[in-house]
Amino acid sequence: MKKKQFFFDRKNPKTFARFGSLPGYRRVSQETKVFCFFFSKKKYVLPLLLLSSSLAYAADNGEYLTRAADCAACHTKPGNVPFTGGRAIKLPVGTIYSPNITPDKDTGVGNYTDDEWVSALQRGVGHNGKYLYPAMPYNSYTLMSRQDALAIKSYLFSLKPVHNQVPANSLSFPFNQRWSLWFWNQVNNPAHRFEPDTQKSADWNRGAYLVQALGHCGQCHTPRNWMQGLKQGDQLAGAKQQGWLAYNITSDKTHGIGGWSDADLRQYLSTGTAPNHGPASGPMAEAITDSLRYLTAADIAAIVTYLRDVPPQTSGPPALLASAKTATTPDPLGVHVFNDACAGCHLPDGQGRQSAWASLAGDHSVGDPAGTNMLQILAHGSELRTNDRLVFMHEFTRSYTNEELAAAANYLTTTLSGRDSQVTAADIAAARTE
Amino acid sequence: MTYMAPTRRNFLKVGAALGGGLIVGLRMPGNARAEAAEANAPFAPNAFIRITPDGKITFIMSHTEVGQGIYTSASMLLAEELEVGLDQIEVEPAPPNVALYIDPNLGEQATGGSTSTIAGWGPLRIAGATARTMLVQAAAQKWRVDPATCVAARGVVRRGANGGGLTYGQLATAAAALPVPKDVALKPPSAFTLIGTPQKRLDTPGKVNGSLQFGMDVQIPGMKIGTVAACPVRGGTLRQIDEEAARAVPGVIDVVKLDDAVAVIGDHYWAAITGLRAAAAQWHDGPHGGVSTAGIIDALKQASDSDGFTALKRGDPHAAIAGAAKSLEAVYELPFLSHAPMEPINTTLHVRPDGADLWVGTQVPPRAQAAVAKNTGLKPEQVTVHNQYMGGAFGRRLDVDSIEQAARIAKNLSYPVKLIWSREEDITQDLLRPYYYDRVAAGLDADGKIVGWTHRTTCSWVMARWAPPGMKEGGKLDPDTVEGAMETPYDFPAQLNQTVRSEPDGVITAWWRGVGPTHNIFVVEGFVDELAAEAGIDPVDFRRRLAARNPRALGVLNLAAEKSGWGRKLPKGTGRGVSLQFAFNSYVATVLEVSVSDRGEVALHQAHVAADVGPVVNPDTLRAQLQGGLIFGLSMAMFNEITHANGRVLQSNFHDYRVLRMNEAPDVTVHIVDNPTAPIGGVGEAGTASASAALANAIFAASGRRLRRIPFATGQLAETGRS
Amino acid sequence: MFELNVNGQSHQVDVPADMPVLWVLRDVLGMTGTKFGCGIAQCGACTVHADGDAVRSCLLTVADAVGRQITTIEAIGGTPEGARVQKAWLDLEVVQCGYCQSGQIMSAAALLKRAPKPTDTDIDDAMSGNICRCGTYVRIRQAIHAAAEA
Repeated sequence: MKKKQFFFDRKNPKTFARFGSLPGYRRVSQETKVFCFFFSKKKYVLPLLLLSSSLAYAADNGEYLTRAADCAACHTKPGNVPFTGGRAIKLPVGTIYSPNITPDKDTGVGNYTDDEWVSALQRGVGHNGKYLYPAMPYNSYTLMSRQDALAIKSYLFSLKPVHNQVPANSLSFPFNQRWSLWFWNQVNNPAHRFEPDTQKSADWNRGAYLVQALGHCGQCHTPRNWMQGLKQGDQLAGAKQQGWLAYNITSDKTHGIGGWSDADLRQYLSTGTAPNHGPASGPMAEAITDSLRYLTAADIAAIVTYLRDVPPQTSGPPALLASAKTATTPDPLGVHVFNDACAGCHLPDGQGRQSAWASLAGDHSVGDPAGTNMLQILAHGSELRTNDRLVFMHEFTRSYTNEELAAAANYLTTTLSGRDSQVTAADIAAARTE
Repeated sequence: MTYMAPTRRNFLKVGAALGGGLIVGLRMPGNARAEAAEANAPFAPNAFIRITPDGKITFIMSHTEVGQGIYTSASMLLAEELEVGLDQIEVEPAPPNVALYIDPNLGEQATGGSTSTIAGWGPLRIAGATARTMLVQAAAQKWRVDPATCVAARGVVRRGANGGGLTYGQLATAAAALPVPKDVALKPPSAFTLIGTPQKRLDTPGKVNGSLQFGMDVQIPGMKIGTVAACPVRGGTLRQIDEEAARAVPGVIDVVKLDDAVAVIGDHYWAAITGLRAAAAQWHDGPHGGVSTAGIIDALKQASDSDGFTALKRGDPHAAIAGAAKSLEAVYELPFLSHAPMEPINTTLHVRPDGADLWVGTQVPPRAQAAVAKNTGLKPEQVTVHNQYMGGAFGRRLDVDSIEQAARIAKNLSYPVKLIWSREEDITQDLLRPYYYDRVAAGLDADGKIVGWTHRTTCSWVMARWAPPGMKEGGKLDPDTVEGAMETPYDFPAQLNQTVRSEPDGVITAWWRGVGPTHNIFVVEGFVDELAAEAGIDPVDFRRRLAARNPRALGVLNLAAEKSGWGRKLPKGTGRGVSLQFAFNSYVATVLEVSVSDRGEVALHQAHVAADVGPVVNPDTLRAQLQGGLIFGLSMAMFNEITHANGRVLQSNFHDYRVLRMNEAPDVTVHIVDNPTAPIGGVGEAGTASASAALANAIFAASGRRLRRIPFATGQLAETGRS
Repeated sequence: MFELNVNGQSHQVDVPADMPVLWVLRDVLGMTGTKFGCGIAQCGACTVHADGDAVRSCLLTVADAVGRQITTIEAIGGTPEGARVQKAWLDLEVVQCGYCQSGQIMSAAALLKRAPKPTDTDIDDAMSGNICRCGTYVRIRQAIHAAAEA
């Protein structure tokens, strides 16, 4: 298939254009074929006949793997050419800028050898022995096979080199001392490849590889320790990252995704919405836009199989039953603002008006009395691109006051979840700056 | 502004219509611009009234319909004297012809400044009366009777009240051959059967069933649809686009690159906008890439330290204030504003080697014609303007920048093209109402009477760009900047009005509904309210004393106070604010009742507006204009502002350029003072001009908080604010 | 190719799946009574009915509209609520520039179908998604009450 980026940049209208007219969508279905997975360690070979016409890509296809690893999300500044870096990642200790990973020799990764590349992905040590900051999820990518790592490299190296010097990181001492990361790596990077569990099905193992290695889901969904490493015992138990709550996606029925049907999970991962679960937003919308929507039905099913088996945890706001309702009299200001600004898409009862993505019934975010993600969406908006449409919500902070937005958030949460929502104007004020 | 009074000395022009029939028009002598245009123009076979032998009566509308109801009001003036029913006529928009259709108050064929009814009041009735007189004479000649024995009614001339009749159509050709009567008698107000009665608007049915065509709805055979992105920074240029990607979008037909913009044309808007996004235009920002609102305000503040031009000085206001028992000074600020009419900017244009057709809703047809001519190399007379109903204008369609852009695009295309701006383009590329930075000061004597008043405004001068001939004092004064500030309803024994010109970097400023008065009445009436509070006098009583020698001002003030129950006790957190104005030749007083919650939430309860506009043409339209105009102004005062960063407008659509909605609008009751013998006033903008001060004063009454910076309801009153 | 049912008539339209019904109506079917105002469901000028519910056609994709009965301003007078609303609009002289009124009438007709005797609060809830820049809200409210009484 033609090595041309048309999926990465959520701000790049080119993508929109192509999917607006569906050629990319059709192109996928033309590539039905049979392929195999190879898991390096034990020569675990899984011949797999792909029945669905939407299963398109060979697992060793560099472009497919690059999407599955969602490199574009961090390595593209919104509005810029994919992989040219420069996206600001705000950390408690300063701001770092994702590097340009096009094969430009001056400003990109053009000088990387294969070994350096693999070392960067697996050990966090890049070209000329430079330590990478762990904003790069090498503690997940370390599970990736050398073969897959190099397939990604060869895909990226097939792209046009773009000269783009990204801004220098602004980290405070001692975090600006890259050598100190040696210690961090000793504790926080497992530094080994994915080992299939022979007691589990091939599907489960494929899902585990996608979730743990390529998809690096834990980077958002797993809580962090005091060193900002991932807490291994709390895998996928939910965490707050960059102002957003990445929900508990363990198999717990109340707090995780245990209450979802397989079909709903698959639909959500592929399209960003599912009946009675609301739309994906923020970083999850980005993950779907840039990565998950490209995965084959078999891979999505494998992810679901694996997630079903993640040990349950009870952290985070309990998931919401779509039927939950409250009898409380809502705050008139909340009703007022909701009818002004929100009901055009969501309807006064939040059930959604002209698009499935606008239905907030059962949305985990609407069941969070702290309103963490709702605040982020109100303050910064959200955008999701599926294979056939662009779904968006604008920010509303430029013309509504903190008090108004807090009231609207509380109204929605209280009305749809029956929970006592306590978003304050100060919370909105804080979300504006996050 | 001095409004031209109706006069019999206006020059009437009557002639035969093509194919027979009668046409009646008239010109304003003494207007150099009109006379110059007349000297060069061939006799135009249409004017205000066209009656054809088949009996069809057409009124030609010199002013454009932006929603203010002028097509109906103007038709009432014509029909009243012509003696036809509104159900018997059709209206059509006038073509560009400055000689025939000039608005004497604006100095050109334009619709704005609430002048349409003022302009039409005399001439249209004279035109109707002249036509009727000639039709009656034609009938009398045919019957060989004294015209005085003939009666005209509902388009028929009869011999006596019950005699046989001839229709206007049957008489039109004969009438056109008669000499034009020098003086025609106009009906006294007591004889009016249409004027002063509530009449149904002519354009309502088509607007209720979706059949009426706005500019946006124009469909021409072979027409394609395009959309445009211009450089988001004024003065910047197009750097690059991905033309291949744009053309790859199904339905995209053409991509047109201009220096400062790119247009994508397709089979439909969705193809065009999808193609435009795919084009991913990138820009050179040019010299204004660093413009920010804070920088512009700083520049205005600095400029406000100079005296500027003194538009009025009476007495010695500085000495009066210095010697006053109490004195007060304040700064009032009004933000940049977008117009945001419901109908986004659109232009349909077919440019051919030998001519062009333009379908657009414009407040200035001759400028629109010239804009196409200038950008295509055609002569103006080769450009036919088909003016359209407008989905709001509010001053936006007094400019033709979008028509110039359309001409630059369409001249590259062989087919008719409708160019539609997205709402985002409509707001980010709007020409903005100026930012005003006003410094006011006044002194009170021991009795609480104002003894000295100074008001200095610092702003962009729209007139200097839009119509340099409209500048006063040899080009040293933009009169709009002090309109509503110089002529208040009050007696200030010593008064100083100054205006400082300070043009903002990278922003083009434009007219906005209510023009000068919308700006100045906020400042004057807000500050008068502050002085009332300082003097410890009730705001209505304070104004009564100030306007003691102005009976029309007192009339509306007392009426609004009475109807609103001024003085009656209100619950805590609720308050009434008053605003009194003389603008557009009309007197208006507004009392607004609001409440302010602990969270800074402002709720608009109800408003009572009293108006003395002199003679009333269509009272229902007068009420509608004051209701709607007030709500438009409240929307602005509550929410509206355009801000800039990196040379770019930060607002783009109704989610961040908020407007008042159903659940936020107050009930508005209009009370009309009957005053048929006074000079006629305009009303399209009067409500808007009264809104901000009434709201600021009501918020003060409700909360004790004095707001001097618009918009009010986006954080100023809240605990944590908006930003 | 999509089959779109508009005002009881079936139309085959060859357009992209994500094309909003608004543009199919206006630019493909030539039905211009439904207006473009904002494109982001903030103004309500494009309101049509889908199976009797008020929806913003600027964000309703043609793919999602397949199988639903779309009703526009051109045909709303054929419903009892629509006819009463239009008559009240005429009686009370609601309109000024008129550009938003197609959407206002569609929202009002849907409201009356759901709530034959709406309270002021019902009107606020149903109509606050429809912006009118001319400020005809006072009369819209009166007209809805009048239509409910008719």
